[in-house]
Amino acid sequence: MDKLTLGNKEFKSRLLLGTGKFSSPKLMNGCLISSGCEIVTTAVRRVDLTNPEDSFLTIINQDKYVFLPNTSGARNAKEAIRCAHIAREGCGSNWVKLEVTPEPNYLLPDPTETLIAATELVKDGFIVLPYINADPILALKLQSAGCAAVMPLGAPIGTNKGITTENQIKIIVEQCSVPVIVDAGIGAPSHASYAMELGADAVLVNTAIATANDPIKIAHAFKLAVTAGRDAFLAGLPETSTTAAASSPLTGFLH
Amino acid sequence: MFSKAFLDLPIDKFVSESLLIPESQVLSTLNKSSFSFNDLPVLLSPTAQNYIELLARRSQELTRQRFGNVIQLFIPMYLSNECFNSCSYCGFSLEHDYPRKTLTDSEIINEAKLLSDKGYRHILILTGESPKKVDVDYISNAIKLIKPFFSSIGIEIQPLKEFEYKKLIDSGADNLTLYQETYHLDSYLKFHTRGIKRNYANRLNCLEEGAKAGFFKINIGALLGLYDWRYEAFSLAYHLKYMMSTYWNIKYSISFPRIQSMIGSFIKPYPVTDINMVQLITVFRLLFPDLGITLSTREPAKFRDNIVGLGITTLSAESNTSPGGYSGCDSEEQFSINDTRDLNSIMNMLKNNGLDPVFKDWDYSLM
Repeated sequence: MDKLTLGNKEFKSRLLLGTGKFSSPKLMNGCLISSGCEIVTTAVRRVDLTNPEDSFLTIINQDKYVFLPNTSGARNAKEAIRCAHIAREGCGSNWVKLEVTPEPNYLLPDPTETLIAATELVKDGFIVLPYINADPILALKLQSAGCAAVMPLGAPIGTNKGITTENQIKIIVEQCSVPVIVDAGIGAPSHASYAMELGADAVLVNTAIATANDPIKIAHAFKLAVTAGRDAFLAGLPETSTTAAASSPLTGFLH
Repeated sequence: MFSKAFLDLPIDKFVSESLLIPESQVLSTLNKSSFSFNDLPVLLSPTAQNYIELLARRSQELTRQRFGNVIQLFIPMYLSNECFNSCSYCGFSLEHDYPRKTLTDSEIINEAKLLSDKGYRHILILTGESPKKVDVDYISNAIKLIKPFFSSIGIEIQPLKEFEYKKLIDSGADNLTLYQETYHLDSYLKFHTRGIKRNYANRLNCLEEGAKAGFFKINIGALLGLYDWRYEAFSLAYHLKYMMSTYWNIKYSISFPRIQSMIGSFIKPYPVTDINMVQLITVFRLLFPDLGITLSTREPAKFRDNIVGLGITTLSAESNTSPGGYSGCDSEEQFSINDTRDLNSIMNMLKNNGLDPVFKDWDYSLM
């Protein structure tokens, strides 16, 4: 069976979910279930580690999901590293989605600080999944640093603009041997499907689900879209052509 | 410094231009998918007020996309009502004759524990301006005392220098709130008759001291009612633009506090109506999609319930504006609040509006 391997673990689902922006913890839980996801990311700054009844800690059952704390809010490598350690101590998760975003509006990732933090965290025994701009050289450097995957953005986070970095993502998919998880910007199931058709190993979705009119239904739609996109990639999509090629060629009788 | 740049800005001209915007220009502007500073006179115009429903819808949609269905809750905590300024609109003003109160260490801890036990994780501490009685060391000590109870501590105190702000950051503060009160110089001098606060430029520039010191978030605002709200709106927008481009790695938010009643009498020279408020909030959302917008308990419950989904990201609850007020200390308040509902009622109101109340969205220990 086609499975996603990350950090020595195998996953049936190639859809990762973020947990921000939901109108209630109950709705978030419904979306986790209907999406079929197995990896869930949450901002460490949002989790009240001193409160055992914190909704993130209770809903994201670590027997059921891989809890992927993220360092959202970190402005430099130092803050991201500290955040990862606090998460490991507080929730026992060795996984970290590394986000270093010094500019608070577009929240674009800082490449140099991300590389510094990733290198350090890998040495500290973390399974590191760095959020990056769709930069193929950076992706390779992070792979060499020991990251378990790379997470290039499709478009700035929360914009729902889809895969605007298509050409760069294609290069990353071609060159990287670690899984490529397209993160940020995916605003519709068709975007997720397209990322998978391009050869991405997985996608991460949050805003498009949390802010939809029917989040549970769209979470299910994303599940189907990711599966469809993956199957299409595995099946092998035909090349595009600038000229028409009839399904029933006029000269077929000659052969 | 911003005070230099600000003096060159023709704010009066922007306001005049805004007052004469024709309907055709409003219609073509509202058809745009995103907005720039060139659109500001149009969006703030009296003509655009006729399209308030459309502004509200656009603002709600954008807020939902950028911030989701969540509202961050915080609570203010007053440390002292000592003040050596004379400000015509303020209950802490020097000329009001009542016993002044500054919380002791144990009173600070009691208040903090009480608020933390209620569930609050983000707190804003406030003082008057009394550099001798409530100095940086006092505030720094207060921050250290309450740090174990909260994940985010903001300050709303007198303007300080970079090294003083740095000291408060090192103590545990992560965000700074400071309102210019009014950007209109003549009005500023009229309402701030005595004290250090009379220095208009010092107040205008001190956010930069805070930015250089390294605050994670800076919240700006103007006290609405002192001068024409459009003048304040243009000024705030250009102040934000300056701060965002000069100190780009800081998160910004804004408040639109309307003057409320307090001890003594103060008649608002420029009352701001509910529809003005909605226009302000929605226009700032459209111009600054990622800007935090705070709404306090100064506003009445009904207004808060109706506006919370239209662009607001942060809400205070069950505020008390007197030092020690949460633990029953009978000291004088800065102003009266209008929304007196308890936390549970506020949370229920948010849930009924399809919004998830968030108590923790930052963690000082991460810095």
